[in-house]
Amino acid sequence: MKRTKSYLAPTALALAAAIGFSAPVTAAENGKFRVGIVTFLSGAAAGPFGVPSLNGAKLVIDALNEGKVPAPYGLKGINGLEIETVIVDENGGASKQVEEFRNLAERHKVDAVIGYISSGDCLAIAPVAEELKLTTVLFDCGTSRLFEENKAPTYVFRTGLDAAIDNIGAARYLIDTGRKLESVASIQQNYAWGHDSWGDFSAAIKQLKPGVKVTTEQLPKLFQGQYGAEISALSVSKPDVIHSSFWGGDMEAFVLQGNARGLFDKRTAVLTCGESALDRFKGQAPNGLVIGARGPFGAFAPENTLSTWFRTAYRSSAEMDPTYPAFKMAQAILGLKAAVEKAAGKPGVIPAKEEVARSFKGLTFESVSGTVRMARANGHQALQGIAYGEYKFDAKSDKATIANVKSYSGECVTPPDGTSAADWIKAGFPGAQCN
Amino acid sequence: MFKLDKTEIWLVVSALVLVASAFLLPSWLTFILTLALAKGLVVQGVVIQMRAGLVSFGQGLFFCIGGYSVGMGGAFLGIHDAFVLIGLGVAASVGVAAILGLLMTRYRDIFFAMLSLALSMILYGLIVKNQALGSTDGFNVHDVSFLGWMPAGEDQKLVIFVLTVLVAGGIAIALNRYMKSGLGGVNEAIKENEIRVEFLGLSPRWILYANYLFAAGISAVGGAFTALATGHVDPEMAFWTTSGEFVFIALLGGTSHVAAPFIAAVLFALVRTYALELAPHSWQMILGFVLLAIIVFLPKGLWSLVAEKRRAAA
Repeated sequence: MKRTKSYLAPTALALAAAIGFSAPVTAAENGKFRVGIVTFLSGAAAGPFGVPSLNGAKLVIDALNEGKVPAPYGLKGINGLEIETVIVDENGGASKQVEEFRNLAERHKVDAVIGYISSGDCLAIAPVAEELKLTTVLFDCGTSRLFEENKAPTYVFRTGLDAAIDNIGAARYLIDTGRKLESVASIQQNYAWGHDSWGDFSAAIKQLKPGVKVTTEQLPKLFQGQYGAEISALSVSKPDVIHSSFWGGDMEAFVLQGNARGLFDKRTAVLTCGESALDRFKGQAPNGLVIGARGPFGAFAPENTLSTWFRTAYRSSAEMDPTYPAFKMAQAILGLKAAVEKAAGKPGVIPAKEEVARSFKGLTFESVSGTVRMARANGHQALQGIAYGEYKFDAKSDKATIANVKSYSGECVTPPDGTSAADWIKAGFPGAQCN
Repeated sequence: MFKLDKTEIWLVVSALVLVASAFLLPSWLTFILTLALAKGLVVQGVVIQMRAGLVSFGQGLFFCIGGYSVGMGGAFLGIHDAFVLIGLGVAASVGVAAILGLLMTRYRDIFFAMLSLALSMILYGLIVKNQALGSTDGFNVHDVSFLGWMPAGEDQKLVIFVLTVLVAGGIAIALNRYMKSGLGGVNEAIKENEIRVEFLGLSPRWILYANYLFAAGISAVGGAFTALATGHVDPEMAFWTTSGEFVFIALLGGTSHVAAPFIAAVLFALVRTYALELAPHSWQMILGFVLLAIIVFLPKGLWSLVAEKRRAAA
């Protein structure tokens, strides 16, 4: 024991250093615009969100590199430079994502990062992006706390919408379509997303229709998959409306199991993330189920040249319709392109990061979901409307569509700067402009 | 009076080399090393108990307490000094361990493993239900100062790296002394035959209790450094997969030498980050195969490479 010698420690260090220095440090000097794309490639969020968003990213980036995207994005790649991607799996927790984000910034020397579905990851990444001064576009995560915790962002932008909007929009839709709404029940996954969604929805519905009763609040754990007990509890409590922020496999399981047991007969269920399974329900969801797409995305996207092009191209490559995560990813890429090109002035150069940040701030750009204005959080958060509609399956054509769509403008459902969503709802939506 | 043995000289040299290299290595690499060394500290906590025959599947409990103490100290108590925050984490963690240890030391084998896992999952559940702490999303850790000095951005990470290396080095030396002391040797004896140890007039239970407290303390240090480096804490720190990773790294390195957990943690981090780069869609598989290969070919961990060489030389 006394003769113990430890020469492995320095050896390992030398090895680590060697690997480190031999890493490909071919910065953007190769004349390409390098973008890090971070999305779930494994785990439960990969199927419903990660894979569609990556498909969308590949499609848009390939088309941009070939100069095939319709106006105003005809310029090849980003500002005439070919786009090169580094793809990272978002699975593995926030501290690992911070590690990988630093790798993207310093080892891969990317010019920008687009990504992040998990709210926890967004919260962890935002301060690091500011520290490293790296343009970062968050495309999907919905936490209201993003710009509440990071009050003075410079390099962080979010082209996706705040989750509070989903729930304010859902509450308005239920009221405006004149449904029976004496009581409401809730079923959410037991984690931050579920708690926040229900908090916003219950506050909004009570504000819009005082006296609404909450019959039951079910909080099964994430990825539980079997909802027998919860469905019984919901049925027994006899609510007029069931609200759920379930997503992915959990949502599909809940709809299938609930439908088989008649949970959705004679009452309305609203699923804020329902659209991502539009083509997957295959008639096993009840007609009249109210679903949303977390903004004007997917099946709710307005008809315009860009959205028509995107739908057609996506259908021919992935053999299915693009769902909302694909739209949101496309939107983030187009936003970044618009900002870089505005900052550059002339094609063929990569503008300084400060310039990109300055031109992204408050930018208005055309997207697959219509015109997007970066008009909240001091120009760092996109302002867009939201739409809800009813699921409708046509057995003959084996196709699901959305009926009775109602859209709300961004100003109607988004709190003004400086007010948190919770305070805004509590105060009765002051300054909301709804038509 | 304070004579270093060969292992300790090597530890000091390695620590100094790491500190010096902080200014040469690219900052993404120092960041990975910071996290790996912090994780290595928690693994040391697992290894201490493993030597006495107890496998803790819930070391994430103390890792999480250390991390959340740093986060909550800054957010709710207005403490911004790194040393005070780390101290707070250690105090909270050892305090909790002092109570839980009374129960835990009554159990052995799988019962100890399962109970430790259960306790850490209770903490996980409590944090997930707590909206003020951001539930599963966690919350950000405020920037900290070091004895009144507040370096900005990049430098802050460098200081944290240097501090992690120094603290890890110091703890490693302490652990080495403990391992080689008479009491350290008793751990092995407890693992082999607890009743005989009792007949020798020693109380295995209180030795295990001391181990438990010590492991809790250094795990909290690891958690505190992780929180300081990443700038974010979330309940994942107490989740069973995190604890499982610590046990895994412990097995990867082996329990026979104090440097093994650190080396294994660094290797694990590097394999993971390069696997992710090479195969973004199937990096877990690469990781799995590497770990499988080590288990099959080096059942006593990476350290058996060194041990075998030494045996061959003798």
